Amino acid sequence: MTMDLNRRQLLKLAGAAGALSLAGCAGMGGGASKARVVVIGGGYGGATAARYLRMWDPAIEVVMVERESMFTSCPMSNLVIGGNRSIDEIRRGYDGLRRHGVQVVNDEVTAVDNAKKTVSLARGGTLTYDRLIVSPGIDFNFGEIEGYQAAQDRVLHAWKAGPQTVGLRRQLEAMKDGGVYLLAIPLAPYRCPPGPYERMSQVAHYFKRAKPRSKVLVLDANPDVTSKGPLFKRAWQELYPGMIEYRGNSKVVSVDGSAMAVRTDFDTVRGDVLNVVPPQRAGDIAVKAGLITHNNRWCDVDWRTCESKTVKGIHVLGDATLSAPGMPKSGHMTNQQAKVCAAAIIALLGGREPNPQPVMTNTCYSFVSDTEVIHVASVHQWDAGQATVVPVKGAGGVSAARSELEGKYGWAWAQNIWADMFA
Amino acid sequence: MKFFIIAGAALMALPLVAAAQDMGAARSLAATCANCHGTDGRSVGGIEPLAGMDKSEMVRKLNEFRSGAKPATVMHQLAKGYTPQQIDLIAGYFAAQKK
Repeated sequence: MTMDLNRRQLLKLAGAAGALSLAGCAGMGGGASKARVVVIGGGYGGATAARYLRMWDPAIEVVMVERESMFTSCPMSNLVIGGNRSIDEIRRGYDGLRRHGVQVVNDEVTAVDNAKKTVSLARGGTLTYDRLIVSPGIDFNFGEIEGYQAAQDRVLHAWKAGPQTVGLRRQLEAMKDGGVYLLAIPLAPYRCPPGPYERMSQVAHYFKRAKPRSKVLVLDANPDVTSKGPLFKRAWQELYPGMIEYRGNSKVVSVDGSAMAVRTDFDTVRGDVLNVVPPQRAGDIAVKAGLITHNNRWCDVDWRTCESKTVKGIHVLGDATLSAPGMPKSGHMTNQQAKVCAAAIIALLGGREPNPQPVMTNTCYSFVSDTEVIHVASVHQWDAGQATVVPVKGAGGVSAARSELEGKYGWAWAQNIWADMFA
Repeated sequence: MKFFIIAGAALMALPLVAAAQDMGAARSLAATCANCHGTDGRSVGGIEPLAGMDKSEMVRKLNEFRSGAKPATVMHQLAKGYTPQQIDLIAGYFAAQKK
């Protein structure tokens, strides 16, 4: 038994702020909008797509379903773990989107019926759509690491920003000086390629200041540092000598929460804080909606529209997608995908051809201390021969050296991209 | 006489359609800058705003980033990823934005 939510019920769900912004929107005063786009997820992909759809075509009704009441950013969350920023500094609310006329529904989508063009909400009722955007981020394959399920009260991943970010910070604060922080990194592809190495740097920075006899021990399933390797290694040598032990080709296969130890194929390693990042895949709703196309993990899309290659009318954004060559799973990249998607949906709903030559960029800033930053950047253009976007040869690159100037740009990047999503 | 007026209107419409498509392309291209430089180039701080910048000045700056004449942390790497035509569209879009 489901009921389709009418406008009045939807306004009630979206809350008073949503209702006010709707009343102030001339394009929807009569209740007859051009089309309705439902967006699942209010992160880097969903929030950007919702905002740009409304900004570029106010005649389109946009309903965004997000289960959290506030956004917490994964980029910059390592600074919270390192004690250099507070969790409140990396959070944003959804009122800015409401002012753009986005109807923000604080709920969770439990099912997608693309034949009927409806999504079901956990609190009851359904929403109909003309086009659906699925931007669910990642979920974890805990089952690939033996013992992880049972150890989750003591072993954190902190690979989704929020309570686990704060929880990991508390564990580090509670750890005795002379203890071992152990970070396990899964095989690529995973969310945010330089993220684990930034996290190591942040924890080392905290130890150097507050717990100088402690150690950062890293078990990386990949053969070597997967992003900005020489820059990270130089920072570790020069800023944190003797504090970090990095082991490549060291895939964690099991976790023992009571012994506080992990096992690789070669040995068992103990730690005082275990931070195990599990292998990842597209978020659960992408699985339920039948959008997974590759390795039971990722969703292949046409990068001219971000439309699923397997389910027409549904667009997938962000870390959940099967990345194009040289495309990282990053918040910046996802924001760019969302704009390509928004422009394409506006064209498609207007009966026009989407832009045949999408362009996307990426810039990832990593803090190697409280003030010094390194970046990796790339520009991606459509290649008709390969039918995908590819990095432009001769463009992009990494920092010449870590610097405080890039530290200022890195934090300013966050303020600007969050404003681009929510202001 | 009426025929000429209609024909004239039809001819006028063609460049308008082309202009609308250019505007869409320019808007999408400029949106690739917004992550750092702010929505429509209106930076909230810490990175240079682009809204309302003179078109020829922006084209010159981007070309200097491309050639290496203008030192940068990241823009010399990003500017090389765009074609001269794309740079022209981007600069035109930001020049038309209110500061």
